[in-house]
Amino acid sequence: MNIFVLMKSTFDTEEKIVVKDGRIDDDGAEFIINPYDEYAIEEAINQRDTNGGEVTVVTVGNGDSEKQLRTALAMGADKAVLINTEEDLEQGDQFSTVKILEAYFESKEIDLILAGNVAIDEASGQVGPRLAERLTIPYVTTITALTIDGDKVSIERDVEGDTEMVESTLPLLVTCQQGLNEPRYPSLPGIMKAKKKPLEELELDDLDLDEEDVEMKTKTIEIFLPPERESGKVLEGDIDNQVKELVTLLKTEAKVL
Amino acid sequence: MSRKVLVIGEVRDNVLRNVTFEAIAAAKTISEGGELVGVICGDGELEQLGNEMVHYGSNRVITVQNEKLKAYSSEGYAQAVLQVINEESPDAIMMGHTAIGKDLTPKLASRLEIGLISDATEVEVVGGNIVFTRPIYSGKAFEKKMVTEGIIFATIRPNNIVPLERDESKQGNVSTSQVEISDLRTVIKDVVRKTTEGVDLSEAKVVVAGGRGVKSDEGFKPLYELAEALGGAVGASRGACDADYCDYSLQIGQTGKVVTPDLYIACGISGAIQHLAGMSNSKVIVAINKDPEANIFNVADYGIVGDLFEVLPKLIDEIKQLKVNA
Repeated sequence: MNIFVLMKSTFDTEEKIVVKDGRIDDDGAEFIINPYDEYAIEEAINQRDTNGGEVTVVTVGNGDSEKQLRTALAMGADKAVLINTEEDLEQGDQFSTVKILEAYFESKEIDLILAGNVAIDEASGQVGPRLAERLTIPYVTTITALTIDGDKVSIERDVEGDTEMVESTLPLLVTCQQGLNEPRYPSLPGIMKAKKKPLEELELDDLDLDEEDVEMKTKTIEIFLPPERESGKVLEGDIDNQVKELVTLLKTEAKVL
Repeated sequence: MSRKVLVIGEVRDNVLRNVTFEAIAAAKTISEGGELVGVICGDGELEQLGNEMVHYGSNRVITVQNEKLKAYSSEGYAQAVLQVINEESPDAIMMGHTAIGKDLTPKLASRLEIGLISDATEVEVVGGNIVFTRPIYSGKAFEKKMVTEGIIFATIRPNNIVPLERDESKQGNVSTSQVEISDLRTVIKDVVRKTTEGVDLSEAKVVVAGGRGVKSDEGFKPLYELAEALGGAVGASRGACDADYCDYSLQIGQTGKVVTPDLYIACGISGAIQHLAGMSNSKVIVAINKDPEANIFNVADYGIVGDLFEVLPKLIDEIKQLKVNA
């Protein structure tokens, strides 16, 4: 099976966000594999181990994304592809990303593409479904179980807490939800092996794209931080009185009851 | 400039979800006096639902009927909605940012080769442009965003935009449109309902959330009881989910759901930065925790330092009392 994973490098969840000159300041920030993409990588490796084939992890990013691709290889992926837009693209949106991925996948034989159901930075959740539509393959989002039997695929997906049992066919794109699996940590031998695994680097030019083709359809005009929450009132007295006071405050001061 | 805005309605258990009415209100802002057209996909009697969208501000509604639209599928719904888009040529399209909204709208945007602004919490007209505000980094920051060309297409986060006043005297045409739906490649075989009756976590006005301090799945009982008394939903921190006290579908935080209820009651939650990202934009936050140093108190409007198993039963009694007296 030809299995692909769409991966994005994101800020570590521990990072505080700093806005500088109207943009998110990433100076010195730690980057990680988007946590939902880790489920996708883990699942891709498991499916390959069950069904045979090869796992290729693809990212649209910059030179720094190589580090997260190496981590994916260390987890067990076979190949990595970095589509480096650093020199060609000042900014892009989901339309741009998908245009680039569409060009990459045009010449590929695809059985299965896995992606995270959302990236924790921009959180649009668009790239997976958008790409499937361009490639005219079906997609299933927020999956929590995946079984492949020939061309038939049985899936469980999380729909706002309920579980939907879905059947689909290959080729297919799925986006992964928490609960699908437990992503492994790269082992030391895995890390050593990863250094020798193929990591292909492409630029827009290699995909016969120029800047105009991938020009974004939306633009960000301002980025700002929410007002800092001030710590409020810690109630005092015995618990009975605290509870009574809380209910009164919620009713009369906060007006939420 | 007036705009024609299409609002994609969402039906769950035979009623329109509240976020549909919120989307109509957002559409009203965008329309600047233009026409609001609702669309509802389904099978069977949809006229009542169409009228309900009219009562909430749609000028007219198109219902698209086909037996293949009985249950949601991205392929079926996309074919139906695309047909309406082609017939109506709207200037803007709005939908709720729900499981279905998230699943359907990227497909539509991709087919139409247009931009899509997901999960907006605010819509405004600035110098003739429609500007959306949306959280990024799970609410650690916000961005203002606009569409640069083509149809303005956005989904809105539940609970953030106030619906227009319901007005039963409003009249509008509810028409039926037939659509051919080709065979679906993806089929839903079964749905296992795990969520508690009624209130959806992302749409809930009140969320009662538990952390490691809840200690067990049994420990979540009083949280469910409090949520029920308040007409709210139960959520959890990652810690509680990792410890198997509850299902991952309840998780609130940077991985998990982002919620913005009117009232958030955090029980036995320490308040890690990842959790705060998922809930700190709630209107009022109450923290109940044994540890007076817990980080959650730094964002809480009201805090009780104490054992949640002692506090919650008393709180449930007080709330019930309040409801009886009301």
